[in-house]
Amino acid sequence: MTDVTADLDINDSEQLRYIAAQAADARVNVELETEGMTLNIGPQHPATHGTLRIVARLDGELVISAEPIMGYMHRGYEKLTEVRTYPQVTTLINRIDWVGSFANEVPFILAAEELMEVEAPPRAQYIRTALFEMGRIANIMLFLGDMAVQLGGVTAIFYAFRDREFVLNQIESATGGRFHPNFNRIGGVKDDLPAGWIAETKSSMQKVRDFCDEMEDLVVGNEIFQSRCRGVGVIPAEKALEYGLSGANLRGSGVDWDLRRDEDSPLAWKDLDWKVWTHPDGDSFSRYWVRLQETREATYMVEQLLDGLPSGPIMAKVPRIIKVPAGESYVQTENPLGAMGYYVVSKGELTPFRVKIRTASFSNMSISPWLLEGVYVPDIATILASLYFILGDIDR
Amino acid sequence: MSTTEEVVEEEVVTDTVREAIAKAFADELGDGFIEQHINPGSDLWIRIAASSWVDAALFARNKLGMTWLDFISAMDWLPNPYGREMESEQDWVVHGKEDATPEEMTTGIAGGDTRFQMMMRLYSTEEHIGVTIKADVGDVAGAAPAIESLIPVYAGASWHEREVWEMFGIDIIGHPDKRVLYLPTGFEGNPMRKDYPLVARRVKPWPGIVDVEAMPGEADDEADAADGADA
Repeated sequence: MTDVTADLDINDSEQLRYIAAQAADARVNVELETEGMTLNIGPQHPATHGTLRIVARLDGELVISAEPIMGYMHRGYEKLTEVRTYPQVTTLINRIDWVGSFANEVPFILAAEELMEVEAPPRAQYIRTALFEMGRIANIMLFLGDMAVQLGGVTAIFYAFRDREFVLNQIESATGGRFHPNFNRIGGVKDDLPAGWIAETKSSMQKVRDFCDEMEDLVVGNEIFQSRCRGVGVIPAEKALEYGLSGANLRGSGVDWDLRRDEDSPLAWKDLDWKVWTHPDGDSFSRYWVRLQETREATYMVEQLLDGLPSGPIMAKVPRIIKVPAGESYVQTENPLGAMGYYVVSKGELTPFRVKIRTASFSNMSISPWLLEGVYVPDIATILASLYFILGDIDR
Repeated sequence: MSTTEEVVEEEVVTDTVREAIAKAFADELGDGFIEQHINPGSDLWIRIAASSWVDAALFARNKLGMTWLDFISAMDWLPNPYGREMESEQDWVVHGKEDATPEEMTTGIAGGDTRFQMMMRLYSTEEHIGVTIKADVGDVAGAAPAIESLIPVYAGASWHEREVWEMFGIDIIGHPDKRVLYLPTGFEGNPMRKDYPLVARRVKPWPGIVDVEAMPGEADDEADAADGADA
């Protein structure tokens, strides 16, 4: 046994410093026995767009498992549609995705029209498509500002709220409702466009494009934003498909699929010159980037629609009391949050027999337990924000 | 002019792509394949035996490229057993109280023999073609409905199946995490079943059924008619 302290000279400060450093290193390298911790996020949290609750089990900063708990806003729309007449159903489904309400109505109306073998006149289809795309713009502008807030950059959301107002004003002046237009009718739309609306809308589209440029500088070009988003929450394309992801979440994973282009729809998308944006990375940054490009693309689509607006009636001939013939139809459209569809079963009554509502956020969020496993706590906010869900769209 | 239009219509009536898909399912599933229905140019339904449920999904995903899971849901074909009984007294004043004898049970596209049916919708993002697959579960009266879980084929099936399980009471065999998704813990009953009463309807009159809104353009016609009557 040799005495290790034999050579120690307690007056040699250099030697003492060396020993202290060695001891500190030893402590760092020891695998610390940390207790698991359960972190409850929500039901009220700014990142949840409603009342989503996430129970995460943590080991230090690492997420071991995360389980979303829903149902705080379940309103039972599928059951309620069974006791509403077809025109009344649109009032309910307006409130599914409450920032893109107009788009919620369209697939349901199309499904009912398909069963009734009615087709809205071209002018109505153009008005529908224009308002659909404006709803998309208003919806995604909120996301573009909100995502930056989740990462600590508060400025962007104020720009988003300021410029979104121009679009909402236009939606309001055409439909009467800022958030819940309830404007679609089976066979057409309720009213024609008000005077001067087209010119005003075009100038608001220019403002949206300016906003997009601003976001490109302020958010996308920001180093902190990039470093917190790049490589965070990567979803491979096969996983995205298996979980039924849609919209920008799927296109952000490099899947070139857009229902507006790829499905045969009576709406006017087929007449427009536009492009589907994709990004191969599949991370949070790519989802933001795709949505930014889509917003800009949508402004050009609205302008083309207004330039090519056909004249003519806005309603097809439909009976006053609507009874939809027995049958089943499924119509799906590319809504702001992703693919939304209604499976309508009719038995020839005033009310639907059953309506299955397929919402985008439900499937988009179903990947979250898989995606959040093994990430760090601050990335939870990044990932949830980049998936972009509206809680009403999950809970229905 | 008229002849070319006829040709176009004939082309729409046959849908070779969807027929080929239905035939592929029939060849693969054999006895498990029961019925098919095609709306040319728009949609395809097939009905299979519950025992072929997972096989059909595997085949669609691996061989037909239907890698995108759209949704999984269920149907309860039982006619509303309450008739107008569950409506409020105000509704009876307006519509009269109809006889509440339940009508015959009918099923929808591609048929069906049982009260409960499972549905899944699969889609190919390459070919842009979707299929709705139905399977009868339980017996005719709807007792003991059960179906195998699709989680091994599509991981995203989990939440859809939890919803079906709690809302329709259809047992999902092999689901690892059978907890309520939307309903509060300890909730009794399966709300989406037709015999689960919607009690709120009893205390509130049917909203807006009496005053049917005038269609755009129709109000003018009525005004004209009224003018004519006055004159």
